[in-house]
Amino acid sequence: MNDTKPVVEVKGIRKTYVMGKTEVHALRGVDLTIEKGELIAIMGTSGSGKSTLMNIIGGLDYPTSGAYLLDGIEVNKLGKNALADIRNQKIGFVFQGFNLLARTSALENVELPLLYDRTHKIKNHRKAAIDSLTLVGLGDRVDHYPNELSGGQQQRVAIARALVTNPSLILADEPTGNLDSRTTVEVMQLFQELNAKGITIILVTHEDEVARYAKRIVVLRDGRIIKDALQQPDSASADLVKLIQRQEIEHDEPELAV
Amino acid sequence: MRSTRLVTVALKSIVKNKMRTLLTMLGIIIGVGAVIVMVAVGEGAQSQIADQIQNLGTNMLVITPGSSNAGGVSQGSGSFNRLKDTDADKIRSESAFIAGISPVIFTRTQIVGGNGNWRSTVHGVSTDYPVIRNWALTSGRFFDVAEERTGKKVMVLGATIAENLFPNSDPVGQKVLVRNIPVEIIGVLAKKGQTPEGNDQDDVALAPFLTVQRRLSNFTFIRQILANTYSSDDIAKAQEELKGIMRESHGLAAWEPDDFEIKNQDQLSEAAQGTTQVMTMLLAAIASISLLVGGIGIMNIMLVSVTERTREIGIRMAIGARGADVLTQFLIESIVMSIFGGAIGVGIGIGGAKLVASLTGWNTVVSPDIIVVALVFSAAVGIFFGFYPARKAASLNPIDALRFE
Ligand SMILES: Nc1ncnc2c1ncn2[C@@H]1O[C@H](COP(=O)(O)OP(=O)(O)OP(=O)(O)O)[C@@H](O)[C@H]1O
Ligand SMILES: [Mg+2]
Repeated sequence: MNDTKPVVEVKGIRKTYVMGKTEVHALRGVDLTIEKGELIAIMGTSGSGKSTLMNIIGGLDYPTSGAYLLDGIEVNKLGKNALADIRNQKIGFVFQGFNLLARTSALENVELPLLYDRTHKIKNHRKAAIDSLTLVGLGDRVDHYPNELSGGQQQRVAIARALVTNPSLILADEPTGNLDSRTTVEVMQLFQELNAKGITIILVTHEDEVARYAKRIVVLRDGRIIKDALQQPDSASADLVKLIQRQEIEHDEPELAV
Repeated sequence: MRSTRLVTVALKSIVKNKMRTLLTMLGIIIGVGAVIVMVAVGEGAQSQIADQIQNLGTNMLVITPGSSNAGGVSQGSGSFNRLKDTDADKIRSESAFIAGISPVIFTRTQIVGGNGNWRSTVHGVSTDYPVIRNWALTSGRFFDVAEERTGKKVMVLGATIAENLFPNSDPVGQKVLVRNIPVEIIGVLAKKGQTPEGNDQDDVALAPFLTVQRRLSNFTFIRQILANTYSSDDIAKAQEELKGIMRESHGLAAWEPDDFEIKNQDQLSEAAQGTTQVMTMLLAAIASISLLVGGIGIMNIMLVSVTERTREIGIRMAIGARGADVLTQFLIESIVMSIFGGAIGVGIGIGGAKLVASLTGWNTVVSPDIIVVALVFSAAVGIFFGFYPARKAASLNPIDALRFE
């Protein structure tokens, strides 16, 4: 992969939903270039088009007009099957609702994308899945089922699943929307760690608390980008240390003997 | 490689949702079970008929009067298409393959004696008759050639008459009255059971042909001529030979059709099985409808399950499953469930057939053919009725599927 080439190149993308007689312009001409190694937060009020943009970048949907290049591939011109392969190979999704398969162990959930990998680039699915789970700190929970895991842990499994195919891009739509503040910081710490390893991450959020950990902020309003700025991200691990210290002061009780 | 993984995924999904799986399979289980039981009953009846026909005699041939119509033109009085005792005599003297021969004449009459009276049928037969019919005696003896030739008033009773007129005693040596003529009982026949038509073969008395023809009845009409061959290999040749002798005996010209029929036991059982075959097919057809309903049940639950699993489908698609992958998974699930359901149905059908047999005393036969057919049919049902839901699953839009609550 050529490092100088941008991972995502969105040029003049429009998305119009036609609902009977009314037309909803979810995106009205969006230009966005994301380089390898970025950690970018897309913000905006509800209905501003964040999810719509993510779906197009993630290859789940086609733009009404405009061009979208992922790693230089013109994704908007691909057929459905090629698009499915792109999602499998180049994109890892993390959703607000985790979207793990129920009654399916963490390991099996993480292995799932490899099932649909037609390149067979990874031979040992189990090992790849365990490595991925270990990377997100769940090496000791591989056989747990989603209902045996906390929300934060479930989201980590989802992140491990997104990572297992070594994608070019992780897309996370409101990944912390269902998590409490401490778990949110934990997940953001994980994203920062992964980003430090060179993984490109796009996350959608409308919380400043989350966006401050990103290196770049893009703000949408009514389907247009109204702000696109780099920033100095806060360190999630530093915040986490502070949070833990504060909680320990609040709950300063002697440990119970077992 | 990938397809074996898809099979694994489908199997896991089946195992993880036991209740759903069971409900899906239920229709197929019941349908296949019903087909197996129904066909077992039908085939059992057929094999029973075949057994009964074989039980009629050994290497037996039956000559009966033919239809009196030939070429659509009635042959008038039909006197010449009757069987005559001379036919039997001619066969006896000319045939090379026939071991024994007996004309059969019936008369329906009251037999009085012993405990009272009993309405039954007296058959006038030859001394060869018990050999042809492979019919043993439990007591006394059969009449001999001398008694036959002189038309002696002797009689051998079938088991049913003996039991009714002489319960708990041996009738041999006793006399009964047939049309007010005293006849001596010289033997009792072993039990033979029912004919395929359900007639009691043991409700009969056998007397020398001449005795019945001349003394006990005013009929001379011969209902049939029974013959048997020395070995089963001779049956076809004997049939051909008898045909020639009969045509000669009846003086038929070359252009005239046969005015008699000669059937061997296989042909008799085929004829007798005709109606049962129709019944078997009817039963199987009815049971197949339940299999069809089972298939619709599969489709029903698969459709519900596609809706219920919309989110799962969305997740799979988001992480790179193609439409074909989802289609394959759902199709495999439905095929596996229907084959598995079919196998359980076969098991239940076999058990059910045994149960029916023990409850009703009917003969039931589960042939390996029907098991194979049932399993193949189940798989076909799985493919046919699984395809539409699978297509529906595969054609879902991933975004809508993911958003589905
Ligand atoms: N499938 C659809 N059909 C019709 N209109 C849609 C569809 N999806 C989205 N929209 C509309 O497009 C606009 C943008 O929606 P989008 O989901 O991108 O917003 P969002 O920024 O993600 O909002 P939120 O923060 O609430 O998730 C909204 O007005 C929405 O109603
Ligand atoms: Mg959204």
